[in-house]
Amino acid sequence: MIFKFANPLKFQRFTKQIQPFALSLSIIFLFFGLFFGFFRSPPDYLQGETVRIMYIHVPCAWFSLMIYSVIAMCSIFSIAFKHTLADIISRSCAPIGACFTLATLVTGSIWGKPTWGTWWVWDARLTSELILLIFYISLIIINNAYENKEKGDRYAAILAIIGIINLPIIKWSVDWWSTLHQPASISKLSSPSIDNSMLVPLFIMTFSLFFFFISVLLLRIRGEIIQRKIDVIKFSHVR
Amino acid sequence: MKKKNKRLLNILVYLMLFTIGCLILLMNLRDNLVFFYSPSEVFQKNLDPTNKIRVGGMVKKTSLKKEVKKIKGRSLEQISFVITDFNNEIKVSYIGILPDLFKEGQGVVVEGFITSNGMFNAKTVLAKHDENYMPPEIKDIKSIKENNNGI
Repeated sequence: MIFKFANPLKFQRFTKQIQPFALSLSIIFLFFGLFFGFFRSPPDYLQGETVRIMYIHVPCAWFSLMIYSVIAMCSIFSIAFKHTLADIISRSCAPIGACFTLATLVTGSIWGKPTWGTWWVWDARLTSELILLIFYISLIIINNAYENKEKGDRYAAILAIIGIINLPIIKWSVDWWSTLHQPASISKLSSPSIDNSMLVPLFIMTFSLFFFFISVLLLRIRGEIIQRKIDVIKFSHVR
Repeated sequence: MKKKNKRLLNILVYLMLFTIGCLILLMNLRDNLVFFYSPSEVFQKNLDPTNKIRVGGMVKKTSLKKEVKKIKGRSLEQISFVITDFNNEIKVSYIGILPDLFKEGQGVVVEGFITSNGMFNAKTVLAKHDENYMPPEIKDIKSIKENNNGI
């Protein structure tokens, strides 16, 4: 099943069929998410209306970590098994992940000013998330630094594997060290400490951003495969 | 073993060693990575009073006092409150604007210096938000329940 789609050309055809569905699901969920977020959910007892920033901040933060894990797994796969599709996926993921990370930092900053009384502090959670952004930007730079795409893919994959260590640090920074950032409200082991009326828009927005990620990713993968085809034609012409 | 499986094994071994290294590093840097100390830690560590430090905890209930003082010809509001971690507490004085979420019984982080008389002279006050999110009505019901249990 996996190896059927592991052929880049077959995968390209598959993305073309799936991408419009993902995009329309994202738009539908976005509509409902914003509606529930703005009109059908209560203000917080302490933060007031500022709590609504959470509906965009939290999903962005989740996906900034998830997309990096995708890149990391593809990088291990790429170095061990040398498969082109893994390179294509991690190359396509990096800018999307960078955008989600930037959105996390910016929305968090906008929330932090009225809540904490500061735009930015150097606590463990905020700093490790900033380091994640730096990793993403480095991956994009390395991917595009070499004329030879294979070289760029390989060096970026090595950096991505080194960056894996940052993921658990971001996730558990709030438990390991005292930070200004609050600990996670939603975890597997205990019931969420967010009221149900606020969980609804949060999860709808998460679905929306998930399908948005999928649709942009498929679009970028398709572009990347076409680009590689063009490169092959160009270089064979030169020879 | 096949060549590609050997490569996979290599990556995993390197990753594991790297992770262990980082863990050792982080465990040893623990004191430098915390954003704030609790009042108990401040007393235990005997910190250098000339260093700027951050202390965090709960604002003790009914400890918040505001009084207007004349300082350098201007009348300023001197705010004082007590930070507690339920074992030790530290008295804080502050002149400036408090964040909106600053309340008695809520988390707070202050940045400043310990003065000679054991008071903490805060230069910055940050409100700390906890992980609980709920609408105002539910909060009211919960606090009524807590009060009843207390009786």
